[in-house]
Amino acid sequence: MTDKSHSPPPPTKISVRDMNFYYGKFQALKQINLEIPEHCVTAFIGPSGCGKSTLLRTFNRMFELYPDQRAEGSILLDGENLLDSKQDVALLRARVGMVFQKPTPFPMSIFDNIAFGVNLFENLSRIEMEERVEWALKKAALWNEVKDKLTQSGTSLSGGQQQRLCIARGVAIKPEVLLLDEPCSALDPISTARIEELIAELKKDYTVIIVTHNMQQAARCSDYTAYMYLGDLVEFGKTEQMFLKPTKVETEDYITGRFG
Amino acid sequence: MNPSASLPDARNNARIARFNRRKRFNQAAIALSLVAMLFGMFWLSWILWETLRLGFGSISVAMLTQDTPPPNDPIGEGGLANAMMGSLMMVALATLIGTPIGILTGVYLAEYDPRGKVAMIVRFVNDLLLSAPSIIIGLFVYVIMVVQFKAFSGWAGAVALALIVIPVVIRTTENMLMLIPAGLREAAYALGTPKWKVITRITLTAARAGVLTGILLAVARISGETAPLLFTALNNQFWKANLDGPTANLPVTILQFAMSPYENWQQLAWGGVFLITLAVLGLNILARVLSREK
Repeated sequence: MTDKSHSPPPPTKISVRDMNFYYGKFQALKQINLEIPEHCVTAFIGPSGCGKSTLLRTFNRMFELYPDQRAEGSILLDGENLLDSKQDVALLRARVGMVFQKPTPFPMSIFDNIAFGVNLFENLSRIEMEERVEWALKKAALWNEVKDKLTQSGTSLSGGQQQRLCIARGVAIKPEVLLLDEPCSALDPISTARIEELIAELKKDYTVIIVTHNMQQAARCSDYTAYMYLGDLVEFGKTEQMFLKPTKVETEDYITGRFG
Repeated sequence: MNPSASLPDARNNARIARFNRRKRFNQAAIALSLVAMLFGMFWLSWILWETLRLGFGSISVAMLTQDTPPPNDPIGEGGLANAMMGSLMMVALATLIGTPIGILTGVYLAEYDPRGKVAMIVRFVNDLLLSAPSIIIGLFVYVIMVVQFKAFSGWAGAVALALIVIPVVIRTTENMLMLIPAGLREAAYALGTPKWKVITRITLTAARAGVLTGILLAVARISGETAPLLFTALNNQFWKANLDGPTANLPVTILQFAMSPYENWQQLAWGGVFLITLAVLGLNILARVLSREK
């Protein structure tokens, strides 16, 4: 415990500076400032509509798909502002992968589901691609279940398997950051447990940011936690400290269930 | 009896009365829809039965292999081979022209500019085209092609049919792409996929069965269209395997033969009706099978 608190804080991977976000005229995020540490799991918690998914979707500029959404301020990824319009959005998304709430397998085979993303950025030989697909499926703890049916459609898998396929797909292009938007909310407890184990495994190689409704989940699998409310970042800190003795009374109310 | 004890009873009776009323209403509604269904089925099966009864008898090898005969030939001589060939060529060419235009426009409406002004206008015009009487389309192509080149031709016929295919394919493509969940699209973009690849590899692929169904239904629709061909392809009694000049086709042949006083022509008209019905039925079944497969 004491060793941990004396070790130097990990380097920052993503740094959000004075960021404001708007849906049309509605301001959904207010003056967000946040430093997300590298090779850690950071959880965003807060009641519905607090802006945690909105914040997550700025890190890969997902919001740009919708013309009435816009972000102001800056978000630095390794020191470079990713909101800068000169940044190529495809290359950014190759560095910052994302897994969504509902499993979204593509209408193709399990193998092609993973090869699809890899082919966008790399020219691999058939053998290299087979190795990459196997590696990604092993990372997502899915290999043993699907190794004999790689040519089957991705949609033929169960919900939990589909979600792990989506994680494998995200991992396969070797991003630096992995964004998880409530990845377990559509899954049963067993699949949820598997994915939580996976998250702990993934942080060795990636910086993981997870949005979750489930406070136990945040407590179980994250190193840092951000509590958000009505578009404000109320408190950010080490998860154990946030859950044991938060500095703000609002955080404590939410975490202890008195509110939210 | 005190009033507090009778209250639940009264409430219960009201509930039972309401339940019985609902049950009677339900039965009446089911009876009405059954009658409506039987009414439709009655006419449809009569049409199919008559087609089968009168058309099946005229099906023969000669009908499939020989060309349209002169009037008053003995029954059983002559056939519809030239008309079938002409129809096949025109329907194929119309589908070839109409499908890419329809799919590209549908993709534009669903993926590029779903709420834009241009899309609103295109959608409105497309709805007009979709409900335009086919004789108007025939006359339009008559003016722009037949009058221009001073000749009826199968080419003009195919263009007129293509103008019927386009709005159907636009509408089904757009609708099918709109059904694709936003999450699938977002997931594809989240990998850094360029837009054209998201459309061709992900959304169009996911909507494939529906789009194909739309194309098949359009083909079924034009294979029986007569009005657009009257002013464009006209008709022809000789065999030819190109679209130059007046071109034989099943619908106009049926019209001409059925209206004629000659018995051998009338027989062949029924044969043609039977062939078209069979083709449309087959295409509809194929469309059903394809849209069920996921």
